[in-house]
Amino acid sequence: MPDTAVLDIAYLDAIVERHGRDANNLLQILVEAQERYGYLPPAVVDALAARLAIPRVKIEGVAEFYSFLHLQPHGTYRVLFSDNITDHMLGSGALMKQLCHELWVEPGKLSEDGLVSVNATSCTGMCDQAPAMLVNGLPIANLSAPRVENIAELIRKRVPLADWPAEYFRIENHIRRKDVLLNSAFQPGSALAALLARGGAQTLDEIKLSRLRGRGGAGFSTAAKWEACRAAAGEQHYVVCNADEGEPGTFKDRVLLTSYAEMMIEGMTLCAHIIGARQGFIYLRGEYRYLLDHLQQVLQRCREQNLLGQDILGSAGFDFDITIHLGAGAYICGEESALIESLEGKRGTPRNRPPFPVTHGYLNQPTVVNNVETFAAASLIALNGGAWYADIGTPASSGTKLLSVSGDCESPGIYEYPFGVTVEQVLADCGASHTQAVQISGAAGKCIAPAEFGRRIAFEDIPTAGAFMVFDQRRDMFEVARNFVHFFAHESCGFCTPCRVGTSLLKNMMDKLAHGHGSPYDLTEIEQLDQLLLSMSHCGLGHSACNPVLDTIAKFRPAYDRRLAHREYVPAFNLDRALTQARQMTGRNDAGAHLGEYE
Amino acid sequence: MTAPPKLKIATTSLAGCFGCHMSLLDIDERLFDLLELVEFDRSPLTDIKHCGACDIGFIEGGVCNAENVHVLREFRANCRILIAVGACAINGGLPAQRNHLSLPSILEEVYHTSIGLAPGNAIPNDPELPLPLDKVHPLHEVVKIDYFIPGCPPSADAIWKVLNDILAGRKPELGHGLMHYD
Amino acid sequence: MSSFTLDGQTVTFDAGQTIMQAALAAGIYIPRLCYHPDLKPHGSCKLCTVKVNGRQASSCTYQAQDGLVVESNTSELNDERRALLQMLFVEGNHFCPSCEASGNCQLQATAYELQMMTPHYDHFYPDRPLDASHPDYLLDFNRCILCSLCIRASRDVDGKNVFALSGRGINTHLIVNAASGQLADTGFSGDDKAAHVCPVGVILKKRSGFRVPIGKRSYDIRSIGDLAEPGES
Repeated sequence: MPDTAVLDIAYLDAIVERHGRDANNLLQILVEAQERYGYLPPAVVDALAARLAIPRVKIEGVAEFYSFLHLQPHGTYRVLFSDNITDHMLGSGALMKQLCHELWVEPGKLSEDGLVSVNATSCTGMCDQAPAMLVNGLPIANLSAPRVENIAELIRKRVPLADWPAEYFRIENHIRRKDVLLNSAFQPGSALAALLARGGAQTLDEIKLSRLRGRGGAGFSTAAKWEACRAAAGEQHYVVCNADEGEPGTFKDRVLLTSYAEMMIEGMTLCAHIIGARQGFIYLRGEYRYLLDHLQQVLQRCREQNLLGQDILGSAGFDFDITIHLGAGAYICGEESALIESLEGKRGTPRNRPPFPVTHGYLNQPTVVNNVETFAAASLIALNGGAWYADIGTPASSGTKLLSVSGDCESPGIYEYPFGVTVEQVLADCGASHTQAVQISGAAGKCIAPAEFGRRIAFEDIPTAGAFMVFDQRRDMFEVARNFVHFFAHESCGFCTPCRVGTSLLKNMMDKLAHGHGSPYDLTEIEQLDQLLLSMSHCGLGHSACNPVLDTIAKFRPAYDRRLAHREYVPAFNLDRALTQARQMTGRNDAGAHLGEYE
Repeated sequence: MTAPPKLKIATTSLAGCFGCHMSLLDIDERLFDLLELVEFDRSPLTDIKHCGACDIGFIEGGVCNAENVHVLREFRANCRILIAVGACAINGGLPAQRNHLSLPSILEEVYHTSIGLAPGNAIPNDPELPLPLDKVHPLHEVVKIDYFIPGCPPSADAIWKVLNDILAGRKPELGHGLMHYD
Repeated sequence: MSSFTLDGQTVTFDAGQTIMQAALAAGIYIPRLCYHPDLKPHGSCKLCTVKVNGRQASSCTYQAQDGLVVESNTSELNDERRALLQMLFVEGNHFCPSCEASGNCQLQATAYELQMMTPHYDHFYPDRPLDASHPDYLLDFNRCILCSLCIRASRDVDGKNVFALSGRGINTHLIVNAASGQLADTGFSGDDKAAHVCPVGVILKKRSGFRVPIGKRSYDIRSIGDLAEPGES
């Protein structure tokens, strides 16, 4: 394992050269350097500062922004348990305790021998096969007590990851319901052939006719975005596929990337033809690092078949290629302007908008950023025509949507439906019973109560990026909201005051209720803070951080009322416990050495 | 016509320096006006040891030990309106500068390792002494506080202004020159 | 000439000006902490949030346009701004009585202006060590509000990149450009623009503190709202 390896500068030089000595590739260089060295020691930072001609302070600032990059040693084995509520519902908390216990480590701290660190990480996108973890970036799903015991043994014996049981690393697709997209027997090259036969402008007309809207959740018209980008002046145009699927409870892009990558790549390529781009990027979330080799192979196949590269399918001047950029553990990079900052090798801080990426995106050039599913759907439309697609779904939400179903149901997995399907129908199909609530579109989305199960998945009713987490009557909806609040506090980029401080304050207030120190005063405080986040935050993360709380307060009020144990304000901490250290130091235990509950 | 009953005020200093009390006395001859309106219950000025039912509690200093907690609770239980006065009451102030150190490391240094201690010196364990909390807290982190007068100390004019606003049923406000955090 | 209204008052502007720039030119105060007239705005503190045609926007980054209806000095916005100030006060360690910047501090003066009587929230009391390594300047990170003015000044004016933000979320913090992490080992100098833009008491000149007596400091004399241009400390 490389974390104690003497710094091999020749290897670092090779990484830097491969990335063209370009500081815009800083994040990619850091990711690769860390894979070699286990972390980013000062010598690497200094060497990169010299080679890329950038200040070391910038390198440190970037490294410390991303959860998966480390300036200090983090162990030969770096274990991260997925922290989503669906992982917790299947026992991930106890499994993490078990592993820490067996390895004699504290969560978040490197073991004394430098062998292992164990921590939690935001949802890894394996909710249909939870509980899940990442070991040195590779996912292991379906965790159980015996499996964790084996993993502890493998780590103790320092068995290289390559020699761990292969079945540990098997990730299932769990496709449960197919519709036009998942059923299409897509032939690589067919969408591009249709594009070339029809022409770029006419293909854009078909996309327009299809009324395709972005599948990342916001639902902006795809044709309008492409048209604006095509019209925008710039030296270069860029196509970016947002494969930073970080919304807790979402994993449908993982499945598309695994089994439908050609369709997505062809969607990017036809977008490139329409907007006049020669370069594209797939921004792949760090949690899906294990898909990198597979995706590189698919890209290579596309090049070999002349579906990427020069004069694509013999069309003179139709040049386009795609580079994959890896994320490194930052949910905020799913926001398109933060994603572009990250592509440029910077901290993933959302930009001020306007201007929007369609005119000022990557390197300030016109850029289309779309979701994996959107590009795949574009291929389908190029093949079958816009009118065909527009007939599917509802008038305002054409086509189909992939749902990532997880939580309390018999068959978690991927379900593709025409837009307009009711929540009720999805629940019936996935074998959910005694359902108390469904969280739709992830932590940032909406919490739906049984009275609303007749509502429809559609932009005009319940819009979604795809997450569909089911909670039955055993679940405590306050704890669900608290898990999401912790997630937002962890993922806030820290740029603006309200979100940086507000999400942490909100987390502390929810913890105060959870720890039995709640009173009606605190509920008012929580509601006021939610309002402030909504109104003052810089981007959607801050705006939506309060959603899970506002929704659950409105719909599951008893879960909160139970926590308001006190009529009057009490401190967030236990006063008697705050004397523990003094009692230990003085050896006192008399009545005066204790404080009772508030009298 | 009989005069309206006087409002009862209690005052105390927790982890403070009595500077805010000095500032209260600095309202000088306006004390006569104040005493027309109020009478003092528990206070260093009266030497009454426990407060009865009061209209206003005036507290300087933060909460750094168990006794501070008892006194603060007594005030909250007996005072209709509780006012946090001065930097220490409002944000922990000077005593809270210890909050980035662990309590054991402080006690170790003060009673065991600092230069000039007598041999055999020990951390006091007399039950008469209140135990320190692991962190110093401003008042509003321990009980609900109704009003705040910032300053280190707040000026006599600032105290006078806020008291008058409260007595007149107005929302207390400090304009330019009266509002100070130092 | 193009104009918009700010709290009902007509404000004219030149093409390319932001709402903040136009307001400043007209002598109208909009609360702000991360804005400096000499540096590129970036809109992070959110104190300057105004309502533009009914929607919240940062006035320091929002381009003025003809006919906009802008609200700023409303009780609703001032209540929210006060809450942001309270967040900044509990996030760091702001013990004004011991701070050399007291009386010249824009965080403090803005809090006076917006009648912040209490920090309201529970304090974080972070542990942030000082950096006294430089012979002439001291860094007291306890007071850092992450406005990034020093970062922008050092990068864009001084061409030095002495400062940067590191970490994420509530752990975001200011770092300096040296392997040792110490200011003395950077190219920082008292002649830098970056030495003179800190709105609070992080970047302090040594041996010059407390020279101006209480009563004579910038915001003893005038409220921050009376200053069209905040003086450089």
